[in-house]
Amino acid sequence: MGEQYGNKHRILVIGLIAVFMILVFQLINLQLIDESYKINAENNALRYQTRYPVRGLILDRNGKVLVGNTNSYDIIVTPYDVKPFDTLALCQIFTLDPTEVKETFRYYRKYRTRIGYQSRVFLKNVSYAQYSLFIEKKHKFPGFSATPRSIRSYGYNAGGNLLGYVTEADPVFLKKHPEYSAGDYIGKTGLEEVCEATLRGEKGYDIYLRDANNRIQAHYENGEYDKPAVPGKNVVSTIDAELQHYGEHLMQNKVGSIVAIEPSSGEILAMVSSPGINVDILADIGANYKSISTDPFKPMYNRAVMSPQPPGSVFKLVNALIGLQEGVISESTEFGCRNGYHVGNLTVGCHSHPSPVDLKESIMMSCNAYYCYLLREILDNSKYNNIEQSFTKWREYVQSFGFGLKLGSDFPSEKGGFVPSVETYNKVHGKGRWKSLSVISLSIGQGELGCTPLHLANLAATLANRGYYYIPHIIKDTDTLRIDDKYKERHYTMVDTTYFKTVVDGMEMAVNTPPGRGATATIAAVDSLSICGKTGTAQNPHGDDHSVFICFAPKDNPKIAVAVYMENAGFGATWAAPTASLLVEQYLNGEISPKRKWLEDRIVNGFLLDKVPAWKRLQERKQ
Amino acid sequence: MTSERNIYRKIDWIMVGCYLLLIIFGWVNIYASSYEVESANIFSLHQRSGMQMLWIGITTIAIALILFVINPRFYFSFTWWFYLFVVLLLIAVLVVGKEVNGSKSWIAIGGFRFQPSEFSKITTSLALASIIGRYNFKISNLPDLAKVLITILIPAGLIILEPDAGTMMVYCGFVFMLYREGLTGWIISFALMIVLLFVLTLKFTPGTAILVLLGIYGVMKGVLEKKVAEHVLLYGAIITPLAFIPKLLKLEPLHKLYEFGPQYFILFFCVVVIAVSLFLNKRSNRPVNLKYLVMTFVCSTLFIFSVQMIFDKVLKEHHRDRIENLLGITQDLKGAGYNVHQSKIAIGSGGFSGKGYLQGTQTKFKFVPEQSTDFIFCTIGEEWGFLGSLGLLALFFTLILRIIHNAEKHTDRSIRVYGYCVACCLFMHVFINISMTIGLFPVVGIPLPFISYGGTSFLSFSILLFIFIRLDLERWK
Repeated sequence: MGEQYGNKHRILVIGLIAVFMILVFQLINLQLIDESYKINAENNALRYQTRYPVRGLILDRNGKVLVGNTNSYDIIVTPYDVKPFDTLALCQIFTLDPTEVKETFRYYRKYRTRIGYQSRVFLKNVSYAQYSLFIEKKHKFPGFSATPRSIRSYGYNAGGNLLGYVTEADPVFLKKHPEYSAGDYIGKTGLEEVCEATLRGEKGYDIYLRDANNRIQAHYENGEYDKPAVPGKNVVSTIDAELQHYGEHLMQNKVGSIVAIEPSSGEILAMVSSPGINVDILADIGANYKSISTDPFKPMYNRAVMSPQPPGSVFKLVNALIGLQEGVISESTEFGCRNGYHVGNLTVGCHSHPSPVDLKESIMMSCNAYYCYLLREILDNSKYNNIEQSFTKWREYVQSFGFGLKLGSDFPSEKGGFVPSVETYNKVHGKGRWKSLSVISLSIGQGELGCTPLHLANLAATLANRGYYYIPHIIKDTDTLRIDDKYKERHYTMVDTTYFKTVVDGMEMAVNTPPGRGATATIAAVDSLSICGKTGTAQNPHGDDHSVFICFAPKDNPKIAVAVYMENAGFGATWAAPTASLLVEQYLNGEISPKRKWLEDRIVNGFLLDKVPAWKRLQERKQ
Repeated sequence: MTSERNIYRKIDWIMVGCYLLLIIFGWVNIYASSYEVESANIFSLHQRSGMQMLWIGITTIAIALILFVINPRFYFSFTWWFYLFVVLLLIAVLVVGKEVNGSKSWIAIGGFRFQPSEFSKITTSLALASIIGRYNFKISNLPDLAKVLITILIPAGLIILEPDAGTMMVYCGFVFMLYREGLTGWIISFALMIVLLFVLTLKFTPGTAILVLLGIYGVMKGVLEKKVAEHVLLYGAIITPLAFIPKLLKLEPLHKLYEFGPQYFILFFCVVVIAVSLFLNKRSNRPVNLKYLVMTFVCSTLFIFSVQMIFDKVLKEHHRDRIENLLGITQDLKGAGYNVHQSKIAIGSGGFSGKGYLQGTQTKFKFVPEQSTDFIFCTIGEEWGFLGSLGLLALFFTLILRIIHNAEKHTDRSIRVYGYCVACCLFMHVFINISMTIGLFPVVGIPLPFISYGGTSFLSFSILLFIFIRLDLERWK
């Protein structure tokens, strides 16, 4: 028995020796044989310092700089190198609160083992004036240094909510995009976001050697292995900076939007959403983010593509075209109007104007009754078995103009709006329990319709092109940034191009008929520009009517199509029509004629903010 | 017989010497691993080296008590009270414990905190010594074995709940002591084989593991029949062609079969081979009992086929990551593999003679986390190089060997058992800790005895060792 135990003792000792031999062999392998770990050790002792690329510029269609770059400075501190210094002097330079600085250093002290020899950003985005003051006195603050950083600058105070902004990537973003690392800046919203890939460029690095105390000794191999940063590429926008700026000038103190499109290409010339953001705020969005996001007027919200509203009378143009295509009316079809449309208890009111009117006159005078008759002709057409069929057909027509769908522009967060379907009314009234009269408000662009200003501008462009549109887009096709082919295709509506002439004639009459004959948009007339337009006054549950106007000019070979939507501003002719005409005049003539200066003054000085619901909320908050 | 006073002349200076060298070396390296130029004072209590100095002081008092004051009989009279007390602490830690690195293993009282699991090694060792040291104890006796297992499993189970996989593994080390006290060696062999098959299945294929298993079967059969060489040749000749089955199945006409799984075909042939060997054994004039061998084969095969399931379902994600990294199945140098990779770089960069004390760049820049605790061997490897690492291993080796050597000299079985328990604990800690820093074992957080920073661990290891040093003196009475 005892011998057997002795044996076991020996086996255990042999096992012990074997295990220690394994450890020794692995140590020999790691420390004496395998060279790869030594190379890695050298890599660890090298320090890679990132070189940030310069972000690409955003230019307007004429090459003017919408978004450029300028230098700002970050103050960096290496807590390990900091010696006692004059806190007050430092606070004076950067106008800081001394207790805050002390708090920061208490934090550095607390985490000193974690920070080690690393540097931390002490202050971000310091102005040039503060930077030069600091450089002068830098020797007084050992451990502090300044590094330049490129930040955004803006050529015009225009397009604040169109351009987007640049900000430090947050952890959520970094998780989704492993190609970015902490501290990188990224484009958010608007063009900065859409063109991020083009604008961002490629990071590079400098390689430094450091010693056992983590002091940087020298540029590794004289910088031979450094990688320069590749600057981001420029993006050319279709925006006309001057026009955008003028549009925002006109829209000041009003809520709403302007969209201007070049009909022959679908390029967006201006896209104003008011109230917008001052570009100074955009450059330093981090500091202002809270006030922006709590503003009841929602300045970051791009109404031009995100706010579907009833189109009002401008929608009559669509119904007129559908009626012509369906053959239920012709150019010369007349309907009578006795201050509105009356069937049984139902009345759709209309203003006083000569009666009866034909198609062109109905557009010129914006006769409500005419379109009530017309829509009923379309929906009660005997060639369809029932209203569900005819309504579905009508809806297809409307959608062929782009309504109720996302147009597919290159602008982020575009909304599709809404065109009611058979199901919509089946839900409201019950299946088979509604007829053409139930949906009569659609005839004049009221009811369940929701169109964004971009949709309306697209309608203006379609009319300007007499029957087709290009998908509106905001990035110009250049060699560095090719745009999708879908932006180069014509999109035809379901209405034959031949029918557009009559409607366009009606639009011309609405603007250019001498005053006193009942035309609705004579205020928009500009000599020799032959503007064709249509007013709209959209009723809504939130307050005064929305003022709407779409137009294009010149009538032949149109250069610009515009939609203006002003919330709760009143008649289309009062606010939207003059605004649109001024924009067109500015774009085509380069100036406003002296005899229309008064009109420009009236629009620019108009204060309509107090008419929207947000105003009330703002006042309540102030109290 | 030596008088009570004079037995101290017989104190084992080899054990004490190893101990002293280890703690000095550890202390110096704790200073290096948390070295900051700014406050370079090895005695500063704001630094870990200073704190460790304080612990060395406290430990000296404890050692003095153990050596000169406490009567060694005391340990065995109060063994079960100690044991109960520590078990209660282990239960308490689950309730009021402080979570550090994802496991609840610390109890904090005021500014002072400690790990009960460290002390449980001492009490468990004493308890085991007490049970096995009883007159008439026989490990082959089932109730006796059950007592031993329960004594180990109560603290080990509570530690798994924390969860602290590393300390739990240390308890597995007691199997070596049990082996010494009469447990059959098959248990250890079987455990080693299971680990081997697990690794082979994950790293290579289940088919490879089955073939290796067949090889083990052949060799063991050879051992039983006392014809090892013949069996090695025979089974080598059978296994070699079978190893080509996967390659064969990859050929175009058989591709469908490959998708079904080559391991099933390998298994089929292996079963045929074993059936034939059983048949021949029955017919031979000197048949041997192959029952246990066949049972082992069947169980191991079942294990091989459930490895993937165990790996995916039973193990936690971070365990899986660490094992996959260790086996080189995945390479995630920034995530799960970061520590080990940086640790290997630090040790590898030390080279033959090291970079010199306080000159290590890898440890200095804090590339390796937990540098003064679990990964302190990095600092040693980097700054002291191969020579220093070898010296450290030699110290541990000498100490463990000396403990076993002295333990064997005792006629009092409980002292011998206690000695083996101390050796097992030290061995498991040294082996697991150093293996994980040099990439031979998955990362589990356990300290390097006497070297790693940490008051509880240092104090408890010192007590563990010095109780034995004191008990060892008993043989001179």
